[in-house]
Amino acid sequence: MAQVTEVRAGLPKKPSLEARFKRALHEARRWRVHYLFMAPFMILFTIFTIVPVISSIYLSFTYFNVLEAPRWIGWSNFKLLFLEDDIFIIALKNTLLFSIITGPVSFFLQFFLAWLINSLKYRIAYTLAFYAPSITSGLAMGAIWQVLFSGDYYGYLNYILIRLGILHEPYIWLSNVNTMLPIVIIVSLWMSMGSGFLAFLAGLQNMNEELYEAGKVDGIRNRFQEVWYITLPMMKPQLLFGAVMAVVRSLEVSGVAVALTGLPSPLYATHTIMTHLQDYAFIRFEMGYASAISVVLFVMMFGLSRFFMRVLSTKGEY
Amino acid sequence: MAAALPRLGRRKLKREPIGIYVILALMALVMIMPMYLMVINAFKPLEELFLFPPRYYVMNPTLNNFTDLLIATGAAWVPFSRYLFNSLFISITVVTLHVLVACMCAYPLAKSKAPGVKLMFNLVVASLMFSPTVTNIPRYLIINRLRLIDTYWALILPGIAGSFGTFLMKQFLEQVPNELMEAARIDGASEWVMFWRLIMPMSRPAWATLTIFAWISSWNDEWGPLVFTRSEAMKTLPLAIHTMFSGSNAIARAGASAAAGLLQTAPTIILFLILQKRVISTMAHAGIK
Repeated sequence: MAQVTEVRAGLPKKPSLEARFKRALHEARRWRVHYLFMAPFMILFTIFTIVPVISSIYLSFTYFNVLEAPRWIGWSNFKLLFLEDDIFIIALKNTLLFSIITGPVSFFLQFFLAWLINSLKYRIAYTLAFYAPSITSGLAMGAIWQVLFSGDYYGYLNYILIRLGILHEPYIWLSNVNTMLPIVIIVSLWMSMGSGFLAFLAGLQNMNEELYEAGKVDGIRNRFQEVWYITLPMMKPQLLFGAVMAVVRSLEVSGVAVALTGLPSPLYATHTIMTHLQDYAFIRFEMGYASAISVVLFVMMFGLSRFFMRVLSTKGEY
Repeated sequence: MAAALPRLGRRKLKREPIGIYVILALMALVMIMPMYLMVINAFKPLEELFLFPPRYYVMNPTLNNFTDLLIATGAAWVPFSRYLFNSLFISITVVTLHVLVACMCAYPLAKSKAPGVKLMFNLVVASLMFSPTVTNIPRYLIINRLRLIDTYWALILPGIAGSFGTFLMKQFLEQVPNELMEAARIDGASEWVMFWRLIMPMSRPAWATLTIFAWISSWNDEWGPLVFTRSEAMKTLPLAIHTMFSGSNAIARAGASAAAGLLQTAPTIILFLILQKRVISTMAHAGIK
């Protein structure tokens, strides 16, 4: 069946229709294997990620307690959420405060620490020391934090401050409405040296020496200039990755807050959007409303991530 | 930066000032302190636990707290080792399967020109920005519908479908030169053979990163077991810690609580220590398109 095409000297041969068809068939056979390769992950991914997201969006327009079938109520959940739910406004304020402080600070801290560690020789110990807190879970460390910040004389922080003379009587860190949020922020920062930190460290390690030398020739004198003009632009992909991770993580904080101050916290001082969601989903079983909250959170995170991609992207398309 | 780069490497300071070492050491101490407290509390006998002012060292280290853990649950519930076993089994399974599945999916994502591949990759990238909150509630409903509640599968299957691993793997596999694959194809290798003999061995460094991240998210997960398991026998370590050692129990059983916390944190740290060099070298590709 195969037709032999003559090769004309000097001219590229135009494949016949048959040859092209055979080639396409061959490609398709290869593609089929590719699809098979992707199948296990894609199936699981669709079942456990795509479908839940879509049904979450659907559920946010319904009233659903898990006992009856969902009942369509349109925009009612969202109207309630934004117009009448005062606690949500408090949660929103707390969460935004939280991420405005935690996000950039942890981002900057990650980069700064990675940069410092990168200039040293023995870095394994330091890397572990800074990365370890992020791989513990907030709840497991909760007991230790409670002892540290405990409100009586025996709490370690109180004890040290009283010994130093800064305080005269024990201060109830974790129950005082004014100090609860700062403490949760501090603990979160402690736990935030995570994958972004590793990415920066890796990126810094793989930096090209020649660029720095070229920079010296061109007149860069101190290390700050070096960082601004050479290091940062070269690290744009890692910076983007770190920024997205920092934002995503800071908006969905809840484990630490609950472990330290309980759910719900006094006067809702450490109430975040996530804890608000947990409240409605698992205490009151109003899944529709909770889904609406999660959709709002999702839109926020998606929007912010997209924003960062636009600002920090190297090619304009990810 | 495709051309050969002669001198990649650390950015060493001309003279390494002691100052930086000292500052970093101080910060590192602050970071580590809570975990250090937990570790030493786990080995303190009862009379040392509540000493005030607190001691930063153990005078008579003992393993009592760990045996307490086994006894604490007593005859009414399942033994504590069951929680440990559950956690270990689930995490190891998730990690192994996740590495396999993610690599399998990342190979076409990185190299294939089949239609629809790009779309799938964009989906995966978009899903990185989802928060688990959006998926939590429907996931429960789905697993309920599939009648997987209270089985190991309920905790394993969602763990395998993590998109971060696939994303990382795809970025990594893009570095594999196409010429190598063409050569293999000319030699007659089928896609399957090429995957097993060529891609998988080459992606070994990235396995370390996938392993660590999959392990962390599976081992530390307390929400999954909370919702998906009903019987005591199926619960995992983080959940057990939560139920047994929260509230007033954190003080009353401080020793056992610290021991359990140590059990919870130690494997991850050990794993990270073993894999850390590979992990860091792979993370360099984390953001590169």
